[in-house]
Amino acid sequence: MSPFSQYYTSLDHFSIIPAVMLALFGCAVLLFDFLIFPDPRQRKWLLIFVALAEVFTGYGLYQQQAWLAVNGVAEISGFGGSVTVDGFGIFFNWIFVAAAILVAVASYKYLETAGEHHGEYYGLILFAQCGMYFLATGTDLITLFIGLELMALCFYVMVGFLRSDKRSNEAAMKYLLLGAFSSGFLVYGFSVMYGIAGSTKLAEITMAIEARPAWDPVVFLALATTAVGLLFKIAAVPFHMWAPDAYEGAPVTVTAYLAVASKAASIAFLLRLFYYGPLAPARQAWEPMLAVVAVATLTIGNLAAINQTNIKRLLAYSSISHAGYMLLGLVAGNRTGINGILVYIMVYTFMTLGAFLVVAALRRKNIIGEDLDDFAGLMRKSPGYAVLMLIFLLSLAGIPPTAGFLGKYYIFLALIQTGHYALAVVATLYVAVAIYYYFKIVRSMFTRPEAEESPLASSFGLRLALGVSGVLTLVIGIYPEPFLKLAQGSLLR
Amino acid sequence: MGSVPISWFLTLSAVLFALGVAGFLFRRSIITVFMSIELMLNAVNLSFVTFSYQLKKVDGHLFSFFVMVVAAAEAAVGLAIILTVFRNRKTLNIDDVSSMKD
Repeated sequence: MSPFSQYYTSLDHFSIIPAVMLALFGCAVLLFDFLIFPDPRQRKWLLIFVALAEVFTGYGLYQQQAWLAVNGVAEISGFGGSVTVDGFGIFFNWIFVAAAILVAVASYKYLETAGEHHGEYYGLILFAQCGMYFLATGTDLITLFIGLELMALCFYVMVGFLRSDKRSNEAAMKYLLLGAFSSGFLVYGFSVMYGIAGSTKLAEITMAIEARPAWDPVVFLALATTAVGLLFKIAAVPFHMWAPDAYEGAPVTVTAYLAVASKAASIAFLLRLFYYGPLAPARQAWEPMLAVVAVATLTIGNLAAINQTNIKRLLAYSSISHAGYMLLGLVAGNRTGINGILVYIMVYTFMTLGAFLVVAALRRKNIIGEDLDDFAGLMRKSPGYAVLMLIFLLSLAGIPPTAGFLGKYYIFLALIQTGHYALAVVATLYVAVAIYYYFKIVRSMFTRPEAEESPLASSFGLRLALGVSGVLTLVIGIYPEPFLKLAQGSLLR
Repeated sequence: MGSVPISWFLTLSAVLFALGVAGFLFRRSIITVFMSIELMLNAVNLSFVTFSYQLKKVDGHLFSFFVMVVAAAEAAVGLAIILTVFRNRKTLNIDDVSSMKD
């Protein structure tokens, strides 16, 4: 069984192989960046390493999935239960793979235009994904904490990647300070959990918390501090202040990665702790709390988006409101609700990535291209981008036959099944608000005359990433069966 | 530790954590705000070590090492970011570093 030793078995190795691949290729990118690609114009060839990393990671995930199926077990447990590879973790990791590769191939033109095309960028994408791997599969407080911080540290640097741009610096600083602050709360909650259970393993903490009364003050302390940390990460109100600033200041490709992958990883983490893990026994304490947070998130996210003229900021508020819908799935808390969250995060990945990448195409020499006015007359200037943006916006608003409809459908269904009628009504009303501000962009693209003539930035990578996102947004909406099956098969219970 | 009750250490940890939070919320210099975060993390370390001592288990000590590692990494990245902010703006007052508004 064990070719290594009793402390490190081949199964341990198997459980972290995708993360090992990501870390190794991340190092390879850093090394080859200055060894063989000294010229900035050659740096896009570093994408080969990113692609290889994702191929190997994907192969690792595929092998893990096959192993689970062949052996007929639910999980691969590695390192004494610190890492647990199950369908849930693998599902989220496929999302990270998709997000990382799409963002990486779409980035080079944008970064060249901004004058900050460095090899580290690709390394940081891979290292952040390595952290996400452990967020989705970790079942030990230490593993989860290290995974979270690895991801967050990479994002702090990436958000501030445009070193000479004041907004990028400022965004990085705000994100760093608030992110570290929230990590402090989270890890304080972890220390309380450790005090309760005497173990850092989620399974043992779950048992210890189950043995306590429902409104135990110590459990409540752990719950409250952990919730503050986690709600910060998914940018839920009232802990959302960093998101609009970080999303606006960051390079738009980083914004896309941050909005999609970081949010997906944090949702996976949230579900591990609140639904499958230690805080599940305290459900009656957090359910009303999260319901209030979810409604506040929908309210602030949607109402603040109405008046935005900066597209990145508008999409930031829209992504805050999407976090609200996903929280509603957790509040409903039945199988349909959790399945709804998985479907939602899957469709959210492609539609949000797509919308941000269209904004990346608007960035040209001397034109920032982040304003609502920059979208004016896009239909006449480059109909391809305009139609893609229309698809993404329809999907973000949740209009069939696009994918966004499916995500909202399952969340609403779960709310009705569990008798949360008031929440379902409120959530539906905010869909109408959302349609209003998404269609401000559509109106600008289709009815107004173009403000300037210069053609949009375009590169093979960007077109590829946009095409894939657009096609998937439509395909998931029109032919959802395989995708729904994928999400349903990933539920733990 | 011997005669000092465990609860004192936990109270100290909670007080330090609260001081860190207060410093984060009310101080205006970016460096001091950053130091407040380090104080929060060290309060967490104290509580981990206390629990670890009380439970006679080593996991808490291990966790506190990882928290230290993360705090160090965060300081490295954080100070680099603060440096670029200072280069571009010549100020470290948190109220002056807010050009993005709704």
